[in-house]
Amino acid sequence: MSKAKKFMYINRHAPCGTVYAVEGLEVVLIGAAFEQDVCMAFVGDGVFQLKQDQDTADTGMKNFSPAYRALGDYEVNRLYVERESLEERGLTEDDLMPLTWEDEDDDWAEKPSIHIVDRAQLSDLIEEQDILLNF
Amino acid sequence: MLHTVNKSPFESSSLKTCLSLARSGSDVLLIEDGVYGALAGSTHSPLVTEALEAVRVYALEPDLKARGLSGDRLIPGIEVVGYDGFVDLACTNDKIQNWL
Repeated sequence: MSKAKKFMYINRHAPCGTVYAVEGLEVVLIGAAFEQDVCMAFVGDGVFQLKQDQDTADTGMKNFSPAYRALGDYEVNRLYVERESLEERGLTEDDLMPLTWEDEDDDWAEKPSIHIVDRAQLSDLIEEQDILLNF
Repeated sequence: MLHTVNKSPFESSSLKTCLSLARSGSDVLLIEDGVYGALAGSTHSPLVTEALEAVRVYALEPDLKARGLSGDRLIPGIEVVGYDGFVDLACTNDKIQNWL
């Protein structure tokens, strides 16, 4: 098989107002089956997708936010969140869901999936990908 | 007059345009992604705080909850209302302008 390509899914939309977030998450979970090198970036209003305590019961919409917790099981365990986007929105890392994954090579140790990166670091990460997909 | 805003202030100029055109004494209701405009400590919060001197600003509770935003994270002075409050605002105002 040819060498795995580096995929980054860039999420820039808030979770509820449009279908970008839920569609993007579905594509990531489906795409995870193809054993590529997958990471996700959350920038702009995309950081709101990872906000804790989303409860859509009173709106009649489906709450898909618990599905982000499945990402670790699909070996999607690098979720880069832009620090500046959080700060512009009055949010901190503590506002985000505590997403983790289990490292098979380290006695199944539970490790955080969310990595807060600054704008310059995110720029470097984008540059080193082979394929960029936007939602 | 009731003004509604349903877009995130980070994605759209709706909130800014609304607050610049709403007359003193108006009601401004933030719904859907518009509720992100109610967040304290954001780059848009000074604009809303200033507007609160002239208009009443409300945020729709089910849309806040759906986005994981609790009342204690909002700009002081913003009133949280439910769907019943939305209906009251729609009925008590003579006109509605939706800043889509």
